[in-house]
Amino acid sequence: MKIVTSAITIACLAATGALAADHGACAAGKTLEEGMLTIATGNPAFYPWVLNDAPESGEGFEAAVAYAIAEAMGFAPEQVQWVRTSFDEAIQPGAKNFDFNMQQYSITEDRDRMVDFSLPYYSSAMAVLTTEGVVEETGATPEIAGMKDLRWGAMAGTTAMPILMDLIAPNSDPLLYGDNADVTAAMQAGQIDAALFDLPTALYLSAVVVDGGKILGQFPADRTESPDQFGLLMEEGSPLKECVDAAMTELTESGTLAAIEAQWLQDATGVPVIQ
Amino acid sequence: MTETHGTVSAAPAVRPTRRATYEARVRRRSTTVAALSTAAVLLAVVVLVPMAPGWEAVKRSFFDAEVFARTFPGLLNAFLLDIAIFAWCAPLIALTGLAIALCRDVRSPALFPLRMFGAVYTDIFRGLPVILVVYLIGFGIPGLGLPRPWNSPYIWGSLALILVYSAYVAEVIRSGIDSIHQSQRSAAASLGLSEADTMRYVVLPQALRNVMPANMNLLIALQKDVALLSFIGPVEIFRQAGVYKSLMANFTPYVGAALIFLAITIPATRYADYLLNRQRRRQR
Repeated sequence: MKIVTSAITIACLAATGALAADHGACAAGKTLEEGMLTIATGNPAFYPWVLNDAPESGEGFEAAVAYAIAEAMGFAPEQVQWVRTSFDEAIQPGAKNFDFNMQQYSITEDRDRMVDFSLPYYSSAMAVLTTEGVVEETGATPEIAGMKDLRWGAMAGTTAMPILMDLIAPNSDPLLYGDNADVTAAMQAGQIDAALFDLPTALYLSAVVVDGGKILGQFPADRTESPDQFGLLMEEGSPLKECVDAAMTELTESGTLAAIEAQWLQDATGVPVIQ
Repeated sequence: MTETHGTVSAAPAVRPTRRATYEARVRRRSTTVAALSTAAVLLAVVVLVPMAPGWEAVKRSFFDAEVFARTFPGLLNAFLLDIAIFAWCAPLIALTGLAIALCRDVRSPALFPLRMFGAVYTDIFRGLPVILVVYLIGFGIPGLGLPRPWNSPYIWGSLALILVYSAYVAEVIRSGIDSIHQSQRSAAASLGLSEADTMRYVVLPQALRNVMPANMNLLIALQKDVALLSFIGPVEIFRQAGVYKSLMANFTPYVGAALIFLAITIPATRYADYLLNRQRRRQR
């Protein structure tokens, strides 16, 4: 019975397009549900990665990348279904409820021991978010020396903390928070002066969330020290990894990925580079 | 009478009575049964759990020796912050709790507002989840524009813990005060003690001793709830474990944190039990 269904699926996939057929064959029988690609994102999914917390629309950088990968793997948009997970659900042992999980997971060696990552879909610049008030008061400039004395904050569940320690090494211990909203609340309450985020998130927070928010500067994406690259997270030993990687390579080489990035993520060249 | 008593009590030492033999047999038997059933349960856990299909994955995620060794020193270090917060909160909670309890026991009609304040205070802070108070006070009050260092999350987070826990402690102390019989107050009054002196020298010493075990339990609960301060910034053990968890995609640091908590709370719980038993023996 199972063989028959997969045979039918393959036939269907082959019918959707000759180009997609070979990738479709790659993913056949490896997804949770035959003929469906189940993608997980955060709850809620944040701007600008997913617009309006609605990944089904394909709007927002990660949502658009997800549909591009699905297409390259031979799945039509209606064959993609979304689920929501927290970070902890994504790494807990046991059966997963997604084929791959996409919520700005930074690829690190330690994490790679426990779960599988795809090839990266985005290299993240890290940016320093602060407020006009702090800049006026402390005269902070985009120079590391002057930033050491600021009171720092970061989101606990991200690689921002080790990158902060590596690149800036502040003089006082940073305060850590559970999510973006708490970091900005602490900034508004004057408990922290500055926080380190990936650049797209920092741009969004400074423009929309934080009153008088200001981006002090960025560590560009192509820095050699403490690079931060986002990958799709899969269960350790996932058979789907090779198909996802093949699709990712194809999207990177064809320039599709760069085009999606240009469409959904703000151009960051205007942000000063931290010396 | 004394002599007879002496011979009777000395007799079992020489030759056990039939009852003593019977009781000894029952005791031996229950010890054996208890040992066997404990062994069976332990064996089942040790043998059956690893037979579960996901055991290997769980072992890697929760009991990774290397991750444990790498993170444990950092966790211990972060735990010092928990202890510090606990150390400055506990005495303030005791004092505030006592003050609120006394407010609720005020009997003069002129001081009724004080009594009402005590009741409202305990109603509000006992009725709110600790984490909610920590958030509201920890972010809310500093948001009013206090200058540094007065907007520190340590200050306002601690205040949140003190408010909530003193409400609990106040209720416990009040129940202790209520447990002292009216006749004691009457006796004190007949000796010429003032209301304040009655409370201080007659009621409170007995009341506080009666509620000691209950307060020990609150102390243990506080020890764990200190971790809630991590939500507004301080990197104590729970947050530090969470950071390690997300950086290594491994839950072992949580197990390490749990062990550190237990190392403190189990002796404290045993001590509370001991106090409770001693009190029960005394009252018998």
